[in-house]
Amino acid sequence: MKFSLGRSGMKSFIGKRAIASGVSLVGLVVLVFFLSRLTGDPTDLYLPLDASVEMREQFRQMHGFNDPLIVQFGRYVADLVQLDFGHSLRQARPAMEVVLEAFSWTFRLAVITMSCVTVAAIVIGSLAAFRVGGIFDRIATFFSLIGASAPDFWLAIVAIVIFAVNLHWLPTSGTGTALHWILPVSVLFIRPFGLILQVVRGSMINVLSSAYVKTARAKGVRTPRIIFVHGLRNAMLPVITVIGDQAAAILNGAVVVETVFGFPGIGKLMIDSILLRDFAVVLAVIMVSALAIFLMNLLIDLAYALLDPRIRY
Amino acid sequence: MTDTQTLSGRKPGGALARWFSMLWADKFAFFAALFLLLALLCALFGPLLLEAVATKQNLRGRNAPPFDLARGWIYILGADALGRPLLARIVVAAQNTMLVAGAAVLASSLVGGTLGLVAGYSRRSASQWIMRLGDVIMSFPSLLLAVIVLYMLEPSVANIVLVLAVTRIPIYLRTTRAEVLEVRERMFVQAATVMGASHRRIVFRHILPVILPTLVTIATLDFAFVMLAESSLSFLGIGIQAPEITWGLMVSQGRPYLTNAWWLSFWPGLAIILTTLSLNLLSNWMRIALDPTQRWRLEMGGRRNG
Amino acid sequence: MAEHLLEVRGLSVEFHTAAGTVNAVQDVSWHLDRGETLAILGESGSGKSVSASAIMNLIDMPPGRITAGAILFNGRDMLAMDAEERRAINGAKIAMIFQDPLAHLNPVYAVGWQICEMMTTHGTPGAEARRRALDLLERVGIPQPEAAMRKYPFQFSGGQRQRLMIAMALACKPDILIADEPTTALDVTVQAQVLELLKALQQETGMGLLLITHDLGVVAEIADRVVVMNGGSIVETGKAAAVYRNPQHPYTRKLIDAAPGKGAMPEGRERRGEPLVKAVGLHKHYGLFHALKGIDLAIMPGETVAVVGESGSGKSTLARAMLRLDDPDGGEILYRGRDLLAMTPRELFGLRRDLQMVFQDPTQSLNPRMTVFQLISEAWVIHPDILPKARWREKVAELLVKVGLKPDMAGRYPHQFSGGQRQRIAIARALAMEPKLIVCDEAVSALDVSIQAQVIALLDGLRREFGLSYLFIAHDLPVVRDFADRVIVMKAGEIVEEGPVRQIFDAPQHPYTRALLAASLDPDPDIQAARRAARNLEEGRVTA
Repeated sequence: MKFSLGRSGMKSFIGKRAIASGVSLVGLVVLVFFLSRLTGDPTDLYLPLDASVEMREQFRQMHGFNDPLIVQFGRYVADLVQLDFGHSLRQARPAMEVVLEAFSWTFRLAVITMSCVTVAAIVIGSLAAFRVGGIFDRIATFFSLIGASAPDFWLAIVAIVIFAVNLHWLPTSGTGTALHWILPVSVLFIRPFGLILQVVRGSMINVLSSAYVKTARAKGVRTPRIIFVHGLRNAMLPVITVIGDQAAAILNGAVVVETVFGFPGIGKLMIDSILLRDFAVVLAVIMVSALAIFLMNLLIDLAYALLDPRIRY
Repeated sequence: MTDTQTLSGRKPGGALARWFSMLWADKFAFFAALFLLLALLCALFGPLLLEAVATKQNLRGRNAPPFDLARGWIYILGADALGRPLLARIVVAAQNTMLVAGAAVLASSLVGGTLGLVAGYSRRSASQWIMRLGDVIMSFPSLLLAVIVLYMLEPSVANIVLVLAVTRIPIYLRTTRAEVLEVRERMFVQAATVMGASHRRIVFRHILPVILPTLVTIATLDFAFVMLAESSLSFLGIGIQAPEITWGLMVSQGRPYLTNAWWLSFWPGLAIILTTLSLNLLSNWMRIALDPTQRWRLEMGGRRNG
Repeated sequence: MAEHLLEVRGLSVEFHTAAGTVNAVQDVSWHLDRGETLAILGESGSGKSVSASAIMNLIDMPPGRITAGAILFNGRDMLAMDAEERRAINGAKIAMIFQDPLAHLNPVYAVGWQICEMMTTHGTPGAEARRRALDLLERVGIPQPEAAMRKYPFQFSGGQRQRLMIAMALACKPDILIADEPTTALDVTVQAQVLELLKALQQETGMGLLLITHDLGVVAEIADRVVVMNGGSIVETGKAAAVYRNPQHPYTRKLIDAAPGKGAMPEGRERRGEPLVKAVGLHKHYGLFHALKGIDLAIMPGETVAVVGESGSGKSTLARAMLRLDDPDGGEILYRGRDLLAMTPRELFGLRRDLQMVFQDPTQSLNPRMTVFQLISEAWVIHPDILPKARWREKVAELLVKVGLKPDMAGRYPHQFSGGQRQRIAIARALAMEPKLIVCDEAVSALDVSIQAQVIALLDGLRREFGLSYLFIAHDLPVVRDFADRVIVMKAGEIVEEGPVRQIFDAPQHPYTRALLAASLDPDPDIQAARRAARNLEEGRVTA
C-alpha cells in the first residue's frame, strides 16, 4: 500500500487483483454449476403437465440433461472458451444477450441511485458532524437510522399504496418514462443513504477533531472551507468503501425492489432464472456481476489513490 | 512523590446498576432496549398464550380494518385475509423472526469469529485459504443458496438459519481478522510474548477480550440485517413457508390485498422497522458503552456533549 | 502601565470531564512584548498549553469554558471580539506551531498548497502567495523549494516538517508566534537546529515568541523570561537565568533538581569473567533497509549498558532482537554461553523468565482489561514453578511496595493510574519473573522529568538489591549519564562508539558522539549561553 511504484506497479497491482478475483470466480462458477443442478430437472417446469414421456425425453436429450454432470460441465467449459455462454431455456436466446440487456437496466439504476445517495449523504452527514449533538445532528441521525432500518420490500409496498394506488401520481411498474424511475430509485435510495450518512458523520467527527483541523483553525481558515476542503477529503476514505459495498449490492441485483416494481434488471432476472432452473443465465449473471464488481473495486482503489497521496499501488 | 495520587476510583454499586444508569443516560437507547425486551417477551411467551387465537380463522372478519374495537382488543390492528387477528399473529410471529435471526447471528459469529482469529493470528497459508473461502461465500448468490437448500432439504426454520448463517460468515471473518491483525501488534501482546505466554493464552486472554466488544456491536447490527434478509427471502417465497410464520412472510401474504387492505402488510413491516431501529440505536450506544475511553460520556449522567 | 503586545489577565478555564469539572487553569496572568521570548514551563497536566489555546480560540465549548479573565492583544480584549474578528487575527497576527508536525499538517494536500492557503485566507493574491511561499521554504532551509512545494507532508523528515510548519506560520508576518512543544518529538541534533532557526527568524522579524515546553534545556537555550506552571496555576515567573539560579517556589526547585545529567557519574566497574549476555555480529534487514549492521555487545552480571541513538539508529531493533521479539537475520546472542537464536521454543520458554522487558509506553504495554493483580501474577500463571498460588497475593503486595505503590492498588485497572505509576506496574511485572536482565526500551522517555528521575532511581535501587543487569535504550544522553556503567552510541545500524560512561561524557572520541553531546541542552541558561557563544565563534571561523 505505501510503496510508490509508478505505472508498472499499478499494472502488477491490477494483475494480482485480477488473478485473485479470477481464482475466486472459477471456484464460484464450478460450485454454482454443480450445486444448481441439485435443485432438480427443469424439464417439468418447461413442458406442459400432459407432455408425453417421449417429449420429456426429447427435451432432456436436446439440452443435454441426460449426460453425466461431469460431461455437461466439460461441454459448458468448452463452449465458454469460445465465449459461448449457453442458451436461455426460458427465452430461447443466447444467455449472455439476456443478461447484458438486464444488466444495462440495473447499471443505470445503480448509477442514478448511488449518485443521489452520495451527494445527499455527504452534505447532510458533514453538516451533522460539525455540531455534534445539535438539533440538526439529532434529526439527521434519527432519520438516517430509520432509513437504515427499513426493509426495502416494505418501503416499496407502502410507496406503491401511497403514490400509485391512492394518489395516482406515479406508475406502479415498468420502465417506460422517467416517472417510472422515481419509485424504484427512491426506495433503493433510503437504506444506503442511512448507512452512508452514518459513516460520513462518524468519519467527519474524527477528522474534525484531528490535529490538522486544529492547524487550519489556527490559520484562520473559514469554517465551511475547514469542513469541505480540509475535512471532507480526509473523511472520504472510509466512506468510499461503504459506497462501494452499497453499489455492489445494487449491481448484484436489487432483487426485491426490481421484483416489486417489475423492473427488468439483473436481480429480477436472477430470481426468475433460479426459480425456473435457467442454469446458463444464472451462471452468466454471476460472471457479469463478478466482472462489474471487479471493475468497480478497481475504480474505488483508484479513488483512494486520488484522494490520499500516501496510497500508491 | 507526585505520581502516587490516583484518579478517582470506581463508584460503589453493582455492575448491573452501572450499566443501567449508562443506558438511562441515552434515552433513545433506553427505549430501544425496552422495546427489544418487549419483543423478546413476545417471542418467548407469545406462541404459548396466543397461538390458538392467531390461527383461528374467522371468515366474517376477513380483512377487518384496524382501530375497530367491536370485535375485541385483539383485533385492534385489524385482521388478515382469513379473519385472523393481526395483533396476535404479529406477537406469535415474533418467535420465529427472532429465533431465525438470533440463531443465524450466533452461528455465523461463532464460526466466522473463530476462522477470523485463526486467519489473523497464524501467519501460515491457512489464513490465505480462509480468506479465499470467505470471498467465495461472499460472492455466492444467497438466493441460489436459499433455493438449493429449500429444494434439497425440508423447508424448515433450521434450514433458513443455515442459509442465513452461511451468508453472514464473511462479515465476522473479515472484521475479526482485521482486528486481530491490529491487536496482535500492540505492546501488551508483545509484553506477554516476552513473558513466555503460549499462543493459546495470547489469543484467549489478551486478544479476544479486546476485540469482543467490536464483535458484540457488529452482531447487534447484524441481527437487524439478518432479520431484513430473512424477511426478504420469505417475501420472495424462498424463505419460511406457511403455516410457519414470520413478519416478513406476513408482509408478503398481505401484498395481494394492498389496494383494499393496506394494514395486512403495514403492521408486520412496522414491527420489523421498530425492531431493527432499536437494534441500531442499541448498537450505537454499545459502541460507546463498551469502549473504556468513551464510556465517561454516558457515566456523566445524560449530558450529551460532543 | 505600558501596553504589552499580548497580555493574559486572570484567565480561568474549566473543562467538563469524566471526573467532573476540572479547572484547567486558574487566574493565570502573563504578558509578552515585541521581540521577546517567553517560555511557559510545566509538566503534563500543568495547564501550560491552555492559555495558548484560549488565545487561538481553539478551546471547544463545551466541554471547555472560559470562566474569567481577559486576553488583550494590542490593548483589545480578544474574548470580547466576535468569531470573524478572531478568525482574521489567527494566522495573520498570531500564528501557532505544534508538537507533532506530521499530525498537524493536512496529509492529503501538498505543502505548497498549505502554505499558500495561509496567505490567500488572509487576502494575499495567489501568485504573490506562491512567490512568498518559495522564499519562505528557502529561508527555513528546505532543499529544492520548487520541488518541495508539490510534495506531501509524509515525504519529509521530522525536522523538515517542523520547518514547513514554521514557514507556514510566518507566511503572513505575524506579530506573535506561539510554539507548543515545537521540538519535543525531534532528535536532539535536529532540535538544536530548529531552535536556532526560530531564534534567527525572531531577530529578523521582531515578533514576540511564546514557547510552551516541559524542557528546562529549551528554556535555557531560547527564553528571555519564564513562567512556571503547576496544577493550572503559575507558581513562579521571572528572567530565565534568575529563576534557574534562584528558584523561589519548591516546585521549581524540584523541577530543576530532577533535570538529568547533573549527578555523579558511576565509576566504571571492572569487567571480568563471563558476560551474562553477549551479542555477536547481529544483522537485521527490513526489506531493503539494513537496520542492524553487525552489532557486538556484552553485558556483565549486575551491569547497566546504555544504548543511545537518534531515530533510525536501530537501537529499538536491537532491543527487540535481544529478546527474540524480532529474530535477527544473522549473528548470535549468547546467554551464559548458549545461543538464544538456535534454541527451540521449549528451551526458549525456560529462559524467558531470565530476560524481561519494560516498554516505552506503559499505557500500551499493560493490557487495559486486566487488573494490576492479574497483570503481575500472570508471570506465575505462565511459569507456575516460580511461586505457589497461595503466595500470589502476598507477593504482589510486596512487589507493589517495592516499586513505590500501595498494596491495596492491586484491584485497580491501568487506566486508573498516572503514567509514572503505570511504568512502576510494568516494572513490578518484570520483577515478578525474577529476571537476570531487564531490557528497558525508552522506558522513561514518555514520562515527565520529575517522574523520570524517580523511575530511574527506582531502577537503580532494584539493580543493587537484586543484582540485575539492564540494557537501557534511550535517545537522550543526559538521562543515562547518572545511571549507566557503559554507553554504546549507535548511528544508522552501527555502533560508532562504546566505552565506560565517564569516557563517553568526558572524552568522546567519535564526532557523532561529540555532536550528540553538544546538541543536548543543559538546563543552566549560563552554560547554554556559553555553548552558544562557542558555536558562533566556530561558525565565524568557518565563514572567515
